[in-house]
Amino acid sequence: MSFDLVFTMSEASLYFLQQLINGLTIGSTYALIAIGYTMVYGIIGMINFAHGEIYMIGSYISFIVIAGLLGMGMVALPVILVIALVVAVLMASTYGWTVERVAYRPLRGSNRLIPLISAIGMSIFLQNYVVLAQGSRDVALAPQISGGWTFGDPQLFEVSLSYMQLLIWIVTLVCMTVLTLFISRSRMGRACRACSEDQGMTNLLGIDTNRTIAMTFVIGAALAAVAGLLLGLYYGVVNPFVGFIAGLKAFTAAVLGGIGSIPGAMLGGLILGVTEALTSAYFPSEYKDVVSFGLLILILLFRPSGLLGKPEVEKV
Amino acid sequence: MSQLLLDVNGLTMRFGGLVAVNAVNLAVRNRQIVSVIGPNGAGKTTVFNCLSGFYPPSDGSVMFKGEQIAGLKDFRISRKGLVRTFQHVRLFSNMTVIENMLVAQHRHLNTNIAAGLFKTATYRRLEQEAMDRAAFWLEQVDMLSFANREAGNLSYGQQRRLEIARCMVTQPELLLLDEPAAGLNPNETKQLDELIVRLRDEHEISVLLIEHDMSLVMGISDHIYVIAQGTPLADGTPDEIKQNPDVIKAYLGEE
Repeated sequence: MSFDLVFTMSEASLYFLQQLINGLTIGSTYALIAIGYTMVYGIIGMINFAHGEIYMIGSYISFIVIAGLLGMGMVALPVILVIALVVAVLMASTYGWTVERVAYRPLRGSNRLIPLISAIGMSIFLQNYVVLAQGSRDVALAPQISGGWTFGDPQLFEVSLSYMQLLIWIVTLVCMTVLTLFISRSRMGRACRACSEDQGMTNLLGIDTNRTIAMTFVIGAALAAVAGLLLGLYYGVVNPFVGFIAGLKAFTAAVLGGIGSIPGAMLGGLILGVTEALTSAYFPSEYKDVVSFGLLILILLFRPSGLLGKPEVEKV
Repeated sequence: MSQLLLDVNGLTMRFGGLVAVNAVNLAVRNRQIVSVIGPNGAGKTTVFNCLSGFYPPSDGSVMFKGEQIAGLKDFRISRKGLVRTFQHVRLFSNMTVIENMLVAQHRHLNTNIAAGLFKTATYRRLEQEAMDRAAFWLEQVDMLSFANREAGNLSYGQQRRLEIARCMVTQPELLLLDEPAAGLNPNETKQLDELIVRLRDEHEISVLLIEHDMSLVMGISDHIYVIAQGTPLADGTPDEIKQNPDVIKAYLGEE
């Protein structure tokens, strides 16, 4: 398929457009993972360092389910993907809930450093547990969703938007919309916001704050699993160490956008993804982390609470 | 004589070697406004903290509706119908007025997640009832027109009234107000005064009040307890308290 509209674009702008598409794709997945950091921070003021591992586990589970269903002779791809999504989300949510139950809840009310250490311990545990169970080498999955649109001048530069990228955008958009509605409209979302403002008072009003906190871990884990499935399909490989770097990036995105703010995490993810894509397009790709973390430092210098951090954004 | 709603006997709170509250007795009957007064640091708020479950009392009994509640967790006590406010305003300031009122009713909306997702008839009915109750109490405290304002943007007097409305929406039987008039101007204090009296007379609630504003206390209380340095000093009707030499001495010092 081609669009006459963009035929007139120069090679440079077509190239730029391509990088923008790639950046928004990666950025969407950063945003999905970043939600988990920002929500947990919003409600208990702590960074869940095991969150990247949840993403990695979500990726593994979806690989296992997809490979299993393909092996069983199933051919309908949409059905396979939906089953993989559901299983990955359910299992990752269970992991997220367990992390809260094991590493956070028993330590509630203690010095803030202590849960931080236990979360790092949880992260190391989960990583090694996957190494033991699945091996430390890359696990590959053949591309499931191929094809896409290309446009631009074949003589100059062809921009491609793959179906996979489109899927990532759509799924992310749907997740973010549902989450925003849930937080702003639903009863549980209300309890969640109340809890993030004043946990003691929320408890006094008869709301089970433990359950509310557990719920934020579960929501974060579910979204991380969605990202795990999407990025797994996009890259086609997963190994037990992908959680570390993805977690770091998503954490950066959350801080960039203003930790505690859900729209901030979404925006931060997109900005980080685009920055990375553009940097590696115009400079040696080794610079991409230098530039994105440099950007983080700059933003924190001039807006310490992040782009959408206080004063008026709702925290969760 | 009406039945005792709250019956406190020998309430004692020690922090290490410090006795903050020493053998305090209190009685609140149905539809009564009872005040606890005393100089700063007398231990009034500590009494409240013990009654509402913030601290388990070191000693003594707290009977609420004939049931021992000393040492129960705060949220269990509030569920039984004994609800408090704090010296400083503790609203959810990033949420709207109506959301503050709805959060307080969360427990009464106890339906499962599926009901919420599919908006079942029961769920919608419960939401509507919560909404109606919220509107009713906002009306009572003259705040209905501010329903969609963010609580943090309200004036201090409005925040105080919203706090009381938020307590009332949980349908308590005894309301503990910790210095509700602190920081209010005379006009706002008067509104508060009328509100508390209305709670007793129209809504049949009992109120236990800590307050420094003597005109408020003397004007509306059915009974007053005086505490000084954690120890009960006197109790009686406003007139008796006004003439009690011990109380005058504690407040004004020796002549």
